[in-house]
Amino acid sequence: MTAAFETETETLTRMANQIAGFFSAYGEAEAAAETATHINAYWESRMRRGLLAHVAAGGVGLSPIVLAAAVKINRPA
Amino acid sequence: MTLLTEKDFGTPPAQSTKLVTLEIDGHTVTVPEGTSIMRAAMELGTQIPKLCATDMVKPFGSCRLCIVEIEGRKGTPASCTTPVAEGIKVKTQSDRLLQLRRGVMELYISDHPLDCLTCASNGDCELQDMAGAVGLREVRYGFEGKNHIAARNTDSSVNASYKPKDTTNPYFTFDPAKCIVCLRCVRACEEVQGTFALTVDGRGFDGQIAAGMDEGFLASECVSCGACVQACPTATLMENTVIARGQPEHTVLTTCAYCGVGCSFKAEMRGDEVIRMVPWKDGGANEGHSCVKGRFAWGYASHKDRITTPMIRERITDPWREVTWDEAIAHAASRFKAIQAKYGKGAIGGITSSRCTNEEVFAVQKMVRAAFGVNNVDTCARVCHSPTGYGLSKTFGTSAGTQNFKSVDKADVIMVVGASPTDGHPVFASRLKKRIRQGARLIVIDPRATGMVRSPHVEAVHHLALLPGTNVAVINALAHVILTEGLENKAFIAERCDTAEFARWADFISDPRHAPEAVQDITRVPAAELRAAARLYATAGNGAIYYGLGVTEHSQGTTMVMGLANLAMLTGNIGREGVGVNPLRGQNNVQGSCDMGSFPHELSGYRHISDPSVRGLFERDWNVTLDSDPGLRIPNMLAAAVDGSFKGLFVQGEDIAQSDPNTQHVTAGLAAMDCVVVQDLFLNETAAYAHVFLPGTSFLEKDGTFTNAERRINRVRPVMAPKTGKHEWQAVAELASAMGYAMAYSSAAEIMDEIARLTPGFARVSFKMLDERGSVQWPCNDAAPDGTPIMHVKGFVRGKGRFMLTDYVATPERATGRFPLILTTGRTLTQYNVGAQTRRTGNVAWHPEDILEIHPHDAELRGISEGQLVSLSSRVGQTTLRAHITEGIPVGVVYTTFHHPVTGANVITTDYSDWATNCPEYKVTAVQVGLTNAASDWQNQWTEHRAASTRREARRQ
Ligand code: SF4
Ligand code: SF4
Ligand code: SF4
Ligand code: FES
Repeated sequence: MTAAFETETETLTRMANQIAGFFSAYGEAEAAAETATHINAYWESRMRRGLLAHVAAGGVGLSPIVLAAAVKINRPA
Repeated sequence: MTLLTEKDFGTPPAQSTKLVTLEIDGHTVTVPEGTSIMRAAMELGTQIPKLCATDMVKPFGSCRLCIVEIEGRKGTPASCTTPVAEGIKVKTQSDRLLQLRRGVMELYISDHPLDCLTCASNGDCELQDMAGAVGLREVRYGFEGKNHIAARNTDSSVNASYKPKDTTNPYFTFDPAKCIVCLRCVRACEEVQGTFALTVDGRGFDGQIAAGMDEGFLASECVSCGACVQACPTATLMENTVIARGQPEHTVLTTCAYCGVGCSFKAEMRGDEVIRMVPWKDGGANEGHSCVKGRFAWGYASHKDRITTPMIRERITDPWREVTWDEAIAHAASRFKAIQAKYGKGAIGGITSSRCTNEEVFAVQKMVRAAFGVNNVDTCARVCHSPTGYGLSKTFGTSAGTQNFKSVDKADVIMVVGASPTDGHPVFASRLKKRIRQGARLIVIDPRATGMVRSPHVEAVHHLALLPGTNVAVINALAHVILTEGLENKAFIAERCDTAEFARWADFISDPRHAPEAVQDITRVPAAELRAAARLYATAGNGAIYYGLGVTEHSQGTTMVMGLANLAMLTGNIGREGVGVNPLRGQNNVQGSCDMGSFPHELSGYRHISDPSVRGLFERDWNVTLDSDPGLRIPNMLAAAVDGSFKGLFVQGEDIAQSDPNTQHVTAGLAAMDCVVVQDLFLNETAAYAHVFLPGTSFLEKDGTFTNAERRINRVRPVMAPKTGKHEWQAVAELASAMGYAMAYSSAAEIMDEIARLTPGFARVSFKMLDERGSVQWPCNDAAPDGTPIMHVKGFVRGKGRFMLTDYVATPERATGRFPLILTTGRTLTQYNVGAQTRRTGNVAWHPEDILEIHPHDAELRGISEGQLVSLSSRVGQTTLRAHITEGIPVGVVYTTFHHPVTGANVITTDYSDWATNCPEYKVTAVQVGLTNAASDWQNQWTEHRAASTRREARRQ
């Protein structure tokens, strides 16, 4: 049974952009803050770590809101 | 233990608040105006003989056995159809009445077989009882004349009045020879169930009951709810189990284990054998009604496929080996510990099931948090109603529906969104239909013409048949119309809502891009129709919203829930009877499993794990330190498994390999794990990837509680000892202990006490209290000692209601040249979820396989005709199933169910999910459909793998 799945980074990028997409109606500053709050509240540490690593590596594909949110995302120990 | 016989008052209760006092047989009684004399007499304990009356249905006045005398009035009126009047004096017994009643009985009996001793109803037959009650001693008319009893007349010619038994329904038999044509069945089908499947063929003596156009019950529109069987006073309509096994002798009150309606049942028993399930009149959710699943489809509990012994195996390619409980638990614990030692604590987790009791769910999440030491616990509600929790808590402050079911009796306009209650929540659908027949107006928002859109005496005023995936555009347009046309409830908004948030929202929603005219090309809903629906909802009085997974299972599921909440706040339809926003929960304990803290980010009662004071409460009670970071959700666990960082999973009563989206991704995740423990009744699809199988208990063995869609906590009581020798919570506590965290309970009641101690909304709940009161709706605490049927009455739980900005964002899953159709999935009445239970019952008579519904236009384009095999493919997978051509589905959309594993409907669905909760987007997948004559590769591999992975070693002697 073979199938091509999204990579972990692709999944995290898609999910983070979706969150930012919802909050974008609130304007960029509030959207970034809410996106970070949401990710802190619902994402397990390895997901946050994966996202932050992707941001550090240039964050290809991430929306500007996610990139702005990154500084407020809790960095896992 | 005795058989619980409920009082039959003969006619339904009157609703008036005005009281009337009268005298019956010299005793004074006071009852609400509109009560029948028959019911008033019963209030006094006087049972007037009756045949055609029963309190399930309105009186009909046909048998004339219930006649009485009223002082100063002529004749002998029927007490079932005569209402009480102030000061009247009624006599229920006199020589005249006795003679008349005997005459009536004599006529009935003269056309009724006298095989009482061998009749299935013997001991439970109202005809027999009435013969006794009126003192019938002789029948002067013989059976030689015209009758319905014998196939042949005495001269051996064929008796044209005789009809043979109808045994087409798998659960009950119709024997017309025993029918007294009281029409209770016909009325039950109309008034209680709302299906109108039964009619009387012919008049007078020739009158006979017929299902549909007399094509037999199975082929007719009958939905096998059993209301007619329950209403029948004779053995004419009789459960096959009673025919086969005899009458029951004791009753255990319990709760249906299927859908989120949570019907209460009397399990009628003989020893530890269930004879029949009869819905309980005092059941808060169902008030004496049921559907085919709850009443009849419980045979799976003793199906031969049921596994009752623990089993283990080294690799998933090995055969299963039966072991003792101790060995299985020790094996699971050592595997889990080894994984944590090698890959870290976070490499394991658990999934709780909405089909298990609150107590069982609570035990699993406690095991994961306290014994595994992680928050990687999630519940199957993730894949159905998690957006409800998030959406309603942001807007109202609680993660639950606002009303009790009964509230719909006061609704004037009802909006059913993305739900098919006649399939998924049948008993609530009957209530809904009843209210609509009384005059409430109906708006249906659904791509399909569901069973609510048009059925006998029920028709939606507006059916907004939107394109799957455009919910939010539709809900925004509705709100846009209400606000821009000035139909909002200004007083409610000013008093009850956060006005700054409202102002911001009002700005947002009045933008012309949300106008129905602007979005109709995307949604396919004509603007004029949408405007009319908005006006109706805003102006017709009490507006009530009911919604299902057609709302939640989208990329924008949470946004849509917020949109519904916005709409209710905008029109002031919150905080009283007849209004509200109500999720129809799929499985029996979806509400409960969410309440019990089985989401990775929160403890019971929806309190975030990062809150130190909440954590402290649990840490002190459990004597453990809890992790403050949220854990992985189900899709995240599977993704992490494929990625290599998640290696062990405990799965309680769920079948993620069938029910979760993108099956091949799920099974790749499962196959990548070192230890999967499955606790279930059957070797389900997930068990094919498991290393340890812990046998679970059916609802007939469980002791605990389920919480239904109206937050009602119902008791589930065991009618027999666990067939596995252990309660599920016991096995879980033992596994936790084997992992090094001592956990022990002596009873399920003790777990509920712990839940109550730790969860503010449950503070006053205990088994004792539930046993005394029947059921209670949370919150139930010092502030609400009697529970809370309706929420947000004085104010929102969060303080002020919050309008949320709900921009429409199209799902990335779009129809393309390669995949030009949109697949949407759902359920059917007779099957339940993955079908593990219902496929092992007589319900297969109705839905033996999953079918692809396709519009005639799309079928013709592809040369597909009715019943042909078609291949259904998406960018992630392909399967083969049969096509059904119907106009009930719009052009460009196809539909199927996911009840049968071999269909693999979820091989097609994708990993796309809701932005807030990761609830999968089951409702929108771009697909192509084409003729085929073979099973798909996946199906062939499935068949092979299934056979290999369920092998068991020969039983040891
Ligand atoms: S089983 Fe239900 S639907 Fe069928 S005829 Fe009886 S009352 Fe009607
Ligand atoms: S089938 Fe039963 S309920 Fe229906 S008319 Fe005959 S006796 Fe009455
Ligand atoms: S499946 Fe639902 S509606 Fe049917 S009996 Fe059970 S709880 Fe009631
Ligand atoms: S019971 Fe009243 S007429 Fe039959």
